[in-house]
Amino acid sequence: MLKINPPEKWIETGLFMAAVVSAVAIVSILLLLIYFCLPLFSGNGLSRVFSWRWQPIDGQFGILPMCAGSLALSILALGIAFPPAIGICTLVHVLSRGVFARIVLILTHFMTGIPTVIYGFVSVFVLVPRIRSLSEAGTGFSLLTAAITLAILILPTIVLVCYTRLEQLDPVLRLASAAMGFTPIQQMRHVLMPAATKGVAAAAILGLGRAMGDTLISLMLAGNAAQFPGSLFTSFRSLTAHIGLVVATDSQSLAYQSVFAAGLVLFLLVAALNLIIRKTDNRITANAFLRVQETRHEQNF
Amino acid sequence: MNRISDRILVGLTWLSGIGMCMVVTGLLLFLIFHGIRQITPALFFGDTPWLKAITGQSPVFDGIWPAVTGTVLLVFLSSAIAVPVGVASGIYLAAYASSRQRAFWGSMVDLLSGTPSIVMGLFGFTMILFLRKTVNPTAQTGLFLAAVCIALLILPYLIRTSQAAIAGISTHLRLIGPAAGFSKWQNIRHVLLPLASRGILSGIILAVGRASEDTAVILLTGVVAQTGIPRNIWDKFEALPFRIYYLAAEHRNATELEQGFAVALVLLFLTGFLFAIAFLLNRYAENRWRIRRYQ
Repeated sequence: MLKINPPEKWIETGLFMAAVVSAVAIVSILLLLIYFCLPLFSGNGLSRVFSWRWQPIDGQFGILPMCAGSLALSILALGIAFPPAIGICTLVHVLSRGVFARIVLILTHFMTGIPTVIYGFVSVFVLVPRIRSLSEAGTGFSLLTAAITLAILILPTIVLVCYTRLEQLDPVLRLASAAMGFTPIQQMRHVLMPAATKGVAAAAILGLGRAMGDTLISLMLAGNAAQFPGSLFTSFRSLTAHIGLVVATDSQSLAYQSVFAAGLVLFLLVAALNLIIRKTDNRITANAFLRVQETRHEQNF
Repeated sequence: MNRISDRILVGLTWLSGIGMCMVVTGLLLFLIFHGIRQITPALFFGDTPWLKAITGQSPVFDGIWPAVTGTVLLVFLSSAIAVPVGVASGIYLAAYASSRQRAFWGSMVDLLSGTPSIVMGLFGFTMILFLRKTVNPTAQTGLFLAAVCIALLILPYLIRTSQAAIAGISTHLRLIGPAAGFSKWQNIRHVLLPLASRGILSGIILAVGRASEDTAVILLTGVVAQTGIPRNIWDKFEALPFRIYYLAAEHRNATELEQGFAVALVLLFLTGFLFAIAFLLNRYAENRWRIRRYQ
């Protein structure tokens, strides 16, 4: 029987169309958000949304406290997660290459697979009471609670990206420094880390992006009061949680517009971070991404 | 002086490693301790007989069966949308695109993978608002919309894993097809895809895990706390991760709270299981064509 193959050109076109889908998606997300933000550019909409007061009852729809909340939360989470992440990388890369290192790596991979909602759920019952008794005032739903949980969430991402970059370094570097009499920790401090600076920086920014884009942790643990995060123990609201809260509870049209503005700000922030990663280390995306696979995440919730 | 600081650093690295292990095991033990006794048929089906519940003859009110069905339907629909597109896109990037094209479309994929899931959900929500304004004033959020948004969320994983699985095939295997007179597509279809299948499959499983755990997207695209099994793909639905979120915030009594732990454990088993399969497949795929060196 004669088997007729479809023309090669059609197949290539079909595959090309599939490749275009993600570009179309990203452009249409941006365009739709801009379209719904357009009313803000007429009148004094812009100054009303970018103000420090969120009191829907008085007609105040400022999202700046949420912007501050998102920034404070993600930077704090990165600050908590980064040192241990580097420590774990050092441990598995130079100090212990035996069974323990394998266990740590497997656990790190496993951590990326734990649903975000579970981190949040456990934290509500484990961390919140402890923070509450620590601060003596307040409910325990605070900046610190959310930041610690978020740090645990982004830790594996940073570890795996850093680790991948360290593994990609020229093995000669390690041999040469070992030949010069450096102990393993000295190799790491003086040779390997400096050689992998760009990759480590990119890993940190990737972690920052993950932290900024996360919704559930701050929604479940931050208390969601729309105020400036003045101290570690105050309740606050992040941009992501703001979007979730306002859309879930139907309210007036200007409240909706503040949500679109929040979405646009978030999108642009994360896109900017993405650009910085590309500029810092263009090898990071293709290789590291695959290892992390953020079963999380992006990612993510 | 240096010796001391080195020793302190070594101590700190071990501390962070052990600390991480303790956090993970602590989390698992905490969930198991509180949730394992609740995992019974009653958790899933409440008072309804399970046969009737599964066949849909009678609705389930107390159990999590509607949430399980909702999640399964959601994962199934979103994979049905995302897997063909993602794999085809990966094939294009790995086998057809020039290096400049690959960089350009690849950056789009990176941008998509960096987009926070809540923004993806907001995209779905704005789409509904847009439809209401233009063609269909009665458009509602629901299962299909959520599936489309989740599909966008998992698309980057699928593209990148299939791209890497094909690009990772060694040159001599790539040349088998052309040497035997295969055309480009025949080579892909009969040589490269079978070789890359395990890598692609591990990507699909990872994407399924991601689709089943995401909460932010469905929060804005039609998940609700109580609705039963969706009647059609435009209907509102329940989902496991949303159930956990809801129970953490709004549990009314101890029983509901215990149910929350049990649901968390069920979801963790599900994603952990998927994750383990993907991990093993990926490891197998990586090692399959590697030439072993003599140590």
